[in-house]
Amino acid sequence: MWTQEEILVLLEKVKDPEIPVLSLLDLGVITQVQVTPENKVVVNMTPTFSGCPAMDYMRKSVEETLAAAGVQEFKVQMSFDKPWNTNKITPNGRKVLQAFGLAPPPVYQVIPDLDILEHTTCPYCHSTNTTLRTPFGPTLCRAMHYCNNCRQMFEQFKPL
Amino acid sequence: MNEQAIKELLYTLADNQLVLGHRNSEWTGIGPILEEDIAFSSMAQDKLGHSLAFYALLYELGESDPDTLAFMRNPSQFHCCQLVELPIGEYDFSLIRHFLYDHAEAIRFEYLTQAGYEPLAKVATKLRGELKYHLLHANTMVKQLGNATAESINRLQQSLNDAFPYALGMFESSPYEAELASAGIFPLESQIQTQWLENIRKVLAQTQLQLPDLESVMPVFGGRRGVHSEYLQPLLDEMAEVYNLDPNTEW
Repeated sequence: MWTQEEILVLLEKVKDPEIPVLSLLDLGVITQVQVTPENKVVVNMTPTFSGCPAMDYMRKSVEETLAAAGVQEFKVQMSFDKPWNTNKITPNGRKVLQAFGLAPPPVYQVIPDLDILEHTTCPYCHSTNTTLRTPFGPTLCRAMHYCNNCRQMFEQFKPL
Repeated sequence: MNEQAIKELLYTLADNQLVLGHRNSEWTGIGPILEEDIAFSSMAQDKLGHSLAFYALLYELGESDPDTLAFMRNPSQFHCCQLVELPIGEYDFSLIRHFLYDHAEAIRFEYLTQAGYEPLAKVATKLRGELKYHLLHANTMVKQLGNATAESINRLQQSLNDAFPYALGMFESSPYEAELASAGIFPLESQIQTQWLENIRKVLAQTQLQLPDLESVMPVFGGRRGVHSEYLQPLLDEMAEVYNLDPNTEW
């Protein structure tokens, strides 16, 4: 019989395919893990950006991880019931993003005001003397900024 | 509640996002500067994601699966407004269309989050955060280029004049809208148009651009009931070109 804790330990190994240091648990896209009395594991996931092509890949990674660990019966389902936002990234997730060179999204109250995009802290030199260059980047979840202090472009996991 | 009314609304929302998403994607690789290339490509990806979410709701209501809906219908079965099907033109036209369209879309999504139809409200709650970035982008670029050089101002003004009759066509009424409004699902198009005019005027007031006189413009309607411009069929052919090579293949 599987326990919820054991499944969570397994899932800690599943990383975001585009940010390989960030686990899906820290990203906050796994919204629920249940083990039924019949020993069936049910994992609920929610997409980050609706058009993100990595979502299907993430779902498959979860399925493969469960199968490889010997979980016989499982179901991984996507839903919008508990919509994802960047406040769901854990403190540990923010730490690894920063170390990876991606400025973590600021935590906001209620709804994000896009003014918070200005003066994002540079992940390299930690200066806030930075300028938003474009709210779009190499993937849907990233914005691009320029650091006026260390004079280089950097990417931010943008607040949603 | 009339299921047909909900379906018609979902088709309109989904088809607009799909077709404009496809048009935006045509800027990939040829944007005037790298940032704009990336911006239009990213918005294309978002909009395709939005259309998928709406087609998935239609599927739950018994319609065909999302791929079939996107790739296998004829133009007369599409409910999108003609604004979204027009060719990308030059960058100034695409920017103005994006500005006019996304201001309307932002208002729609705010209402949809309150929709008295829960599955739709959930999807809209999820998607509206993404849309904010589209709006931020449109406003930033229109304000910059609408105050820059004589050429940029003239180009944007000309595109605004050209796009405006089509933009008014975004607010084409449907036979179901009174019913949806009284059921608390979605307001009347005329109400959205009023708010839209107010919002775009606020931005245009910060530029040297003039909104064409509403009285002198004839809105281009028809799209919502399947009457389209000559540009939709070639777009659909191109979009479905790979799919039609082998519709049963596994991706």
